[in-house]
Amino acid sequence: MDAIRTNALTLGYGEEDIIEELDLVIPKGKITVFIGGNGSGKSTLLRSLARLLKPKDGSVVLDGADIARTPTKKIAQKLSILPQSPVAPEGLTVLELVKQGRYPYQSWLNQWSEKDEKAVQRAMEVTGVKDLSERKVDSLSGGQRQRAWIAMNLAQDTDIILLDEPTTYLDLTHQIDILDLLSDLNEEENRTIVMVLHDINLACRYADHIVAISNKNIYQQGDPDTIVTPELVANVFGLRCQIMNDPHSGTPMCIPFSRGRRKKDADHERKMDA
Amino acid sequence: MIEKNKGKWIGLGIGSILVMFFMWGSVIWGLTKIDTQMVIDSFLHFDGSNEHIIIQDTRIPRSLIAAAVGASLAIAGAIMQGITNNPLASPSIFGVNAGASFFVVLGITAFGMTSLMSFTWLAFLGAALAVIIVYSLGTLGKDGLTPIKMTLAGAAIAALFSSLTQGMLTLNEQSLDQALFWLAGSVQGRDLDILVAVFPYILIGLVASLLIGKQINVLAMGEDLAKGLGQKTWLIKVLAALTIVLLAGGAVAVAGPIGFIGIIIPHVARWMVGIDYRWVIPYSGMLGAVLLLIADIGARYIIMPAEVPVGVMTAFIGVPFFIYIARRGINE
Repeated sequence: MDAIRTNALTLGYGEEDIIEELDLVIPKGKITVFIGGNGSGKSTLLRSLARLLKPKDGSVVLDGADIARTPTKKIAQKLSILPQSPVAPEGLTVLELVKQGRYPYQSWLNQWSEKDEKAVQRAMEVTGVKDLSERKVDSLSGGQRQRAWIAMNLAQDTDIILLDEPTTYLDLTHQIDILDLLSDLNEEENRTIVMVLHDINLACRYADHIVAISNKNIYQQGDPDTIVTPELVANVFGLRCQIMNDPHSGTPMCIPFSRGRRKKDADHERKMDA
Repeated sequence: MIEKNKGKWIGLGIGSILVMFFMWGSVIWGLTKIDTQMVIDSFLHFDGSNEHIIIQDTRIPRSLIAAAVGASLAIAGAIMQGITNNPLASPSIFGVNAGASFFVVLGITAFGMTSLMSFTWLAFLGAALAVIIVYSLGTLGKDGLTPIKMTLAGAAIAALFSSLTQGMLTLNEQSLDQALFWLAGSVQGRDLDILVAVFPYILIGLVASLLIGKQINVLAMGEDLAKGLGQKTWLIKVLAALTIVLLAGGAVAVAGPIGFIGIIIPHVARWMVGIDYRWVIPYSGMLGAVLLLIADIGARYIIMPAEVPVGVMTAFIGVPFFIYIARRGINE
């Protein structure tokens, strides 16, 4: 079963193409992670899946229908997106933010309902921001703020959630915290999650399906255990590395080669000094 | 809903009373002493006395115009700040007033236009042109619309239109008087006829502004988020731009360019009721009317018996406030 698929999708700004004739299938009920170097077009691709960017050519298909021909509110009831580092208007409270997630269900005739209220309360419970509901979003810590935004996405009550680098600017503790939350949402509520991540090791830990993007198309895709190799990292990121098994999760772990000072050298220097 | 926002509803009531109080004050306070009885008499048995003429021809138009223009400029500023997420956005800073002024002056000097209706359409045209240019310039480049780019584009367009206006005036001295008077930005000495001519458009703008508050709340979270939530953002922006053109263009057609109301008042309104534009917009309307009424009443007393142009009064109040907002930084 596929949640989203693209047909010969070409994307770009102005003259330049960033993605060319891409055919992609996002599996339903799984966590899919896009990886790739800076400027590889992974964020651009994610935005186009959420109809934030119009394709130059080709199409994005959601539930058998081209999203360009589906009413945008209907799409918003099936698919939500959290853009990269969103900024809440100054003074907006967490509750006000989460309530905006119900926008796709409202119209001139349908004002705020019992169902909307329930969805908002539930979204705040699941993400653990209920106690913060009256706090201003701009006064929260980075991790809390990201939870509040995810709560807004959850209030939207969609089967598919797209997130563009949801861990940017968070310290490691909060990166893990947010990814654990998303993993729970996937397992317990069977939501399809598609996200862009920078950290290849975290991508390997959380993804069911990795899509590595390079040269305006898919370099390789599949289960991280089988596809993530030194060769992939070299071709996608231009980085030489060794791949080991993550001692905690057993997933692939990338050990980059670098010129940084090695412990061996440090020992050597100490001996010389003595 | 009513229970929860009780304070805000009460505030709206108090605000409306204040607007009416200062509208009343605008009629009775000034160089010529006027009392309530005279105002009533001037309606019931007009006797052609100096006082009655002043009430009917000067004070009442002035009071109505100040209220309508103040409310329009403040609401136009609130909508601009909401959709651009830019605390410095306002009709005067972004060149909308200057665009409307330039077209009116062009009409007076180059084409000898004198009819009120032609002023109105020229003002709408100029305001619309300024909105389109500033928005297009602010969106140029890969990172799209940013507050900084838009503010710079607005400042540039405001300067361009102002200097074009100056140029028109030096070239056409015979029509200088009429144009200068109109350009001074004032609610005094304006005919009630022009308000009557423009008011239907301002009214449409006011009603539209009250209806799009909820949409502005969504758009204020950023274009991507609004689109992700299923908003037709282009439609909302077009509606908002039309509303701004009706309100700011209408205000300039009646009173000439008056600055600072559009930038200060939305901040005060947000300080009072928070970020929700369903409240910010009506509060801005009320407060804008009150501020311009007070500024205009004050303008009569500072160098009595002469008067200060009300645009100078609003600048006096506005400049320190503007510096304060700018120092707090543009939200990026």
